[in-house]
Amino acid sequence: MNRNRKDIIIESLTGISVLLIIFIIVSILAITIKGGWPNLTWKFLSEFPRDGMTKGGIFPAIVGTAFMTLIMTIAAVPFGVITALYLAEYAKENSVFAKTIRFAVKTLAVVPSIIFGLFGLGFFIGFIGQNMDKIFNGGVLKWGQPSILWASLTMALLTLPVVIVSVEEAIRTIPVEMREASLALGATKWQTIKRVVLPGSVTGILTGTILAISRGAGEVAPILFTGAAYYLADLPHSLSDQFMSLGYHIYIMSTQSSNVDATLPIQFATTLVLLLLTFSLNAVAVVLRYRIRQKAK
Amino acid sequence: MENLKVRAINLSLFYGDNQALKNISLDIPEKRVTALIGPSGCGKSTFLRTLNRMNDLIDNVRIEGEVLIDGVNIYDRDIDVVNLRKKIGMIFQKSNPFAKSVYENIAFGPRINGITQKSRLDEIVEFSLKQAAIWDEMQGRLHNSALSLSGGQQQRICIARSLAVNPEIILMDEPASALDPISTGKIEELIHDLKQKYTIIIVTHNMQQAARTSDLTAFFYLGELVEINKTEIIFSNPGKKQTEDYISGRFG
Amino acid sequence: MNNSGEPGKISFATKKFRFSDWFAERFIKVVAFMSIAFVALIFIFVFREAFPVFRMDVIQKVGSENLVQERYGEEPLTPATANPVSGSDIKVSKPSSTLLARVWMPVSDNPRYGLIPLFLGTLKVTLIALLFAAPIAILAAIYTSMFAKPRIREVIKPVIELLAGFPSVVIGFFALMVLATVFQDIFGYASRLNSFVGGFAMSLAAIPVIYTITEDALTAVPKTYIEASLGLGASRRQTAFNVVLPAAAPGIFAAVILGLGRIFGETMIALMATGNAALTSINPFESVRTLSATIGAEMAEVVFGDTHYSVLFLIGSLLFIFTFILNAVSEFYFKNLVIRRYQSKK
Repeated sequence: MNRNRKDIIIESLTGISVLLIIFIIVSILAITIKGGWPNLTWKFLSEFPRDGMTKGGIFPAIVGTAFMTLIMTIAAVPFGVITALYLAEYAKENSVFAKTIRFAVKTLAVVPSIIFGLFGLGFFIGFIGQNMDKIFNGGVLKWGQPSILWASLTMALLTLPVVIVSVEEAIRTIPVEMREASLALGATKWQTIKRVVLPGSVTGILTGTILAISRGAGEVAPILFTGAAYYLADLPHSLSDQFMSLGYHIYIMSTQSSNVDATLPIQFATTLVLLLLTFSLNAVAVVLRYRIRQKAK
Repeated sequence: MENLKVRAINLSLFYGDNQALKNISLDIPEKRVTALIGPSGCGKSTFLRTLNRMNDLIDNVRIEGEVLIDGVNIYDRDIDVVNLRKKIGMIFQKSNPFAKSVYENIAFGPRINGITQKSRLDEIVEFSLKQAAIWDEMQGRLHNSALSLSGGQQQRICIARSLAVNPEIILMDEPASALDPISTGKIEELIHDLKQKYTIIIVTHNMQQAARTSDLTAFFYLGELVEINKTEIIFSNPGKKQTEDYISGRFG
Repeated sequence: MNNSGEPGKISFATKKFRFSDWFAERFIKVVAFMSIAFVALIFIFVFREAFPVFRMDVIQKVGSENLVQERYGEEPLTPATANPVSGSDIKVSKPSSTLLARVWMPVSDNPRYGLIPLFLGTLKVTLIALLFAAPIAILAAIYTSMFAKPRIREVIKPVIELLAGFPSVVIGFFALMVLATVFQDIFGYASRLNSFVGGFAMSLAAIPVIYTITEDALTAVPKTYIEASLGLGASRRQTAFNVVLPAAAPGIFAAVILGLGRIFGETMIALMATGNAALTSINPFESVRTLSATIGAEMAEVVFGDTHYSVLFLIGSLLFIFTFILNAVSEFYFKNLVIRRYQSKK
């Protein structure tokens, strides 16, 4: 009897924890939707901010986020895919080199995102950018300052482990029989990778890309001082321009705005846009990954 | 009388400390079917995979001794494994067509050999499918996915695929073990036709199949070659007690 | 190659050089190596920018205060009392000598870069966050792997993992707009944004990390253990807590460590929900300023290369070293599950 009651209490406690987490998730969603939905109009999505950012839309932030994640993807995905290829196809499990790479990838995955921001500032802007200015620009400031290029590359570094892990997982689901079939036909290792392994991991590469985009679109800390701008009257036209981003927009509107209360609808609607974006991307990734795992069975 | 195609000399294979093949020496003649039989785990598949160096893919494998193909030791340091494998087709226990169309499966080999001309590829695909006696079934569905075919058809597609690179030797690792009797019959018929042109080495645990298809039979047991002889002799009058026990079904 | 007649003769007796294979292998290896290079570059460039702190001289106007006294002084200085009385003495001192001060006042006539309040603040928030996140996440993982029916389990897992997909700026916004008000109504404290609100919000970021890895660790415990325990007449609760939990302990430990790393380095939530005042107080309802939030808030306004800039990089270096150590520790405890599962969020 006593034992039973203890069982029930403790079991309930574990169940309550699950409910609590779900309650919080639902609350965040519900409150964001309630606060943001009324303002989520086509005009809001397609207009520039007006009147000192107290009115108007978030068009430049959407475009900026899109450009930034695009450049980030171009940089991170090839790197991630190739590194995953190395780990899955070339590396011997016990080699020191492969182990070091794995440790490095894990380190990249756990380093706080603000550190990437510092790195972007110190390396891309302070080192690469300023030297580019010295060499190509006669010392005129162009690349040695925050820009969409440096922000995207910083973000690419942060999302690299996401791509590597997804793609490696997908590559490993390709049956060894497929590789053997190709090699037995006299294909070289590279031909086998190009014609069998890579086509077979397309879904995995897509999953990794989507997860990386979702991650990159939501992160703010790495771009705080590598390229995100408070307000711009124009869209970025070149890689050396700064850009507006959804996440940064939420941050500044809710903490630095001259009149936080008046812009609440804008803040909620922006948050809703970002949440919908990352959410739908994650959902697609979950489905794709589920399909990869089913196929592997 | 017969030309020697493959010759293993004192071949041993180790997985780490575990010796899987013990001092195997045997000769395989050209344009004949040689069957490798024995209970599972006896090393017959491992031996087969040493002939096209498929075991290279596994870490921790060490090989001693020699395998001569056309008189050249394929374990020499200067051997080109890729070209070696072009010369030796392999059919696996589980049919493994690529997730591509029938046409692309067959064209895979020629393509990696640099053939891009459409008419030439068409020709090779047709020729290979005909040789594998599956052209009539496939003619209208060349662009269907190979994975949509039945198990028996998939296996014959795999055979056609290996023929498309013009091998001299074909290794078959229990090619019909997963197939129904009718598909098995077709594969066996095919083996019979193919030996006009190719040297075939087939691993099987099905003794009737060995008896029906092969000219020579080698019996493996616990990593050793017990004996090799003409098939009719192995099955009627084996030289060793172990062979007799096995083929009469007393173990394995 | 001829396919119409007899099999073609290919020579395999000599090794052929194939450029594309040779190149591909080297290229792939070099690119893979870049991951190591990136980590090294992060190390080098974050430290490089931090290093001048220890060499730089800074000109300070020193008033009635004495720096040495301040470093060892007992009473905590709040920003209001720390304002120096302007004096006539001009003293040249090293900013590094103020790192152990109790005051973080980088922008003043007499700038002081005392990291202690930032450390204490970070510690406080981290502790609060972990106190929420660890029990909730571990209990939820126990429910998922031990008590839930398979069908329910299939739903719970992805739903909780959804939380990992929430950008931290969204969680920060939620804390700022909703949690702060709700908690203020409940507890009636004075400053709306404080380490309690911030800590709770950060726990939301850490929960999916701890939950996922713990759940994996619990699921990895062999079924035979569970069956043996149940077969001996133990209840599911007893089995879960006396058999499965101890067997999965290293994994759970690694999960908590990674959760800790996630909280420790979290920037946006700290910036938005903790109030950002560098106070040293143990009251959870007071504002704090964390290490990472300090970087986030101040880096955009510093002069490239000056002392303040370098000190912020020094803070970054410390954060980096700390997460690096945490990673190495969790790695040591729980190798494989981590790389497989820890992929969505920091």
